[in-house]
Amino acid sequence: MFTPERAICAASLVLAIMTGASLAETPNLGKPIDEAAIAAWDISILPDGTGLPNGSGTPAQGAVIYAAKCAACHGDNGKGGAAAALVSDRELAGINAAQKTIRNFWPYSTTIFDFIRRAMPFQMPRSLTDDEVYALTAYILAENKLIGATDMMDAQTLPKVKMPNRDNFIIRFPDRI
Amino acid sequence: MAKARYRNARGQTLEAAAGNGLIDRRALLGRGMVFAGAMSAGIGPSAAGAEPLADDPWSLEVGDPMPAYQVPSKFEARVARTLSNPNHEPRNSHARTPHHLLEGTTTPNGLHFAINHAGVPTIDPDKHRLVIHGLVKRPLEFTLETLSRYPMISRVSFLECGGNSAPMFSPEPMQETVQALHGLVSCAEWTGIRLSTLLEETGIDPAAKWLIAEGADSPHLSRSVPVKKALDDAMIVLYQNGERLMPGNGYPMRLLLPGYEGNMNVKFLRRIKLVEQPAMSMYEARTYSQILPSGKAYRFYFLQEVKSFITSPSHGMMLKGPGLYEISGIAYSGTGRIEKVMISADGGQSWAEAALQEPVLSKAFTRFRMPWRWDGGPATLQSRAWDEAGNVQPTRAEFVAARGELTKPAPVLGFPNQHYNSITSWGVGSHGEVKHVYA
Repeated sequence: MFTPERAICAASLVLAIMTGASLAETPNLGKPIDEAAIAAWDISILPDGTGLPNGSGTPAQGAVIYAAKCAACHGDNGKGGAAAALVSDRELAGINAAQKTIRNFWPYSTTIFDFIRRAMPFQMPRSLTDDEVYALTAYILAENKLIGATDMMDAQTLPKVKMPNRDNFIIRFPDRI
Repeated sequence: MAKARYRNARGQTLEAAAGNGLIDRRALLGRGMVFAGAMSAGIGPSAAGAEPLADDPWSLEVGDPMPAYQVPSKFEARVARTLSNPNHEPRNSHARTPHHLLEGTTTPNGLHFAINHAGVPTIDPDKHRLVIHGLVKRPLEFTLETLSRYPMISRVSFLECGGNSAPMFSPEPMQETVQALHGLVSCAEWTGIRLSTLLEETGIDPAAKWLIAEGADSPHLSRSVPVKKALDDAMIVLYQNGERLMPGNGYPMRLLLPGYEGNMNVKFLRRIKLVEQPAMSMYEARTYSQILPSGKAYRFYFLQEVKSFITSPSHGMMLKGPGLYEISGIAYSGTGRIEKVMISADGGQSWAEAALQEPVLSKAFTRFRMPWRWDGGPATLQSRAWDEAGNVQPTRAEFVAARGELTKPAPVLGFPNQHYNSITSWGVGSHGEVKHVYA
């Protein structure tokens, strides 16, 4: 039943909430920006393929780009040079991180695309087209025998590549997530 | 061994606190110690006495002009970081803090450790932007100028690379200084804005469980962080020990996640995207996942667990004769405050509690000290820390049983594995030489 006392109670409650809100007031100096304006920066990709761009590439196309833009540091056919090997059939034995390879350790194929697109080539990051990144990713996966020699990689096929070590991880502190 | 008896300046009689010369930490409460018992060689005033005094040249001439921004004395030039990539080759670079040459708990900005994966970017602060978007109600863009108008907080926090202390995965003790072994941790006062303040302005979609933080450096370094941590104590940091961030430490702004592995504290921060699942960027999917003896690997370790090490005496130092020394070192925990630090001078057979220098702050360096009388014989010095949550620093044997060790020594600058936090042991030889040992 509505009574004056209840009305006062309700009014006090509203006042209390408003006071609480004013205590938490922040400067609000951020400038609103829409996702279209962020697009050039938004290179985040999730392992389920969310965020992968349009485009595609094959191992054969990737081989040509690799020889021109990657082999100087990563060696012929990805066997390693001044920078890490990208192609290896080495198995994990013992705890030394130096043995980690894309084939024996990397749990998600999307990570290869993501790292190339954001950080490679070392001297000219963000200079590759999305097609080139797909082609290089396809080349590395094919050389590691994780996809077929003619398999095309794009936003649909790449996240479906099953990496051998995917299920071999233990979340260290689940309660912190 | 008969217990030695000492008296501090207040006249309190103090017992030896543990074996091989450890003296009760209460001896530090007075201004000095007076030995009640028999003097040992090297402790009392020298029989020969000091030379007559004379004025040195600097006392007889006008000094140098004062610089606008001062740097340490030229006589302190050796107090510097060690560089893993001094010739700027196309790879990552590490600069390690010289803990054996420092005291207290604050790492000077010029000596704060840093790791950069493709050089140190030169960022125009007026052009830098921070964007928060993704699963938010209102995507927002901030400039350094606008962020400078937000309410700020300061907190002292250590920052440690997940790969710090990695040389101790070697099966033999690597003969390296505390700088080479533990130089990828530092501690500073950080000032900036709570990330939760900015997320309050953007609003968070309840589906958002992670954020992806990204830097403006050329690798566009990216890490996934649970929203849980972002709303707890994460900060957007603008200042380091009172001045703007050093370029190598993330100028003009970085993420600070107190107690979490350094790589997640993304520098040159330009973008935060809220998402439902982690990105599995290379640094979390590969680099900061740790292979275990079982063949499986840890993922999302995040936490820098309780740790301590003695900085003086430490490897490479020489004790100049038997007598009284102060054992001094650093303890910290990503979980909270340091509760206590125990010291052993006999390789862990007996322990005594060290004095903790106030203030003891959560997720920050705590300096510990312990008086010790070296009798000239062999000694093995160790420190072991406990944090307020009851976590205890493991012995090396305990650590290796859980996490394994290498089959042969790895390069000291390499990172064979991560999140190493066992006890460090320094062996003192009969000539006073201090070496890294396993005990």
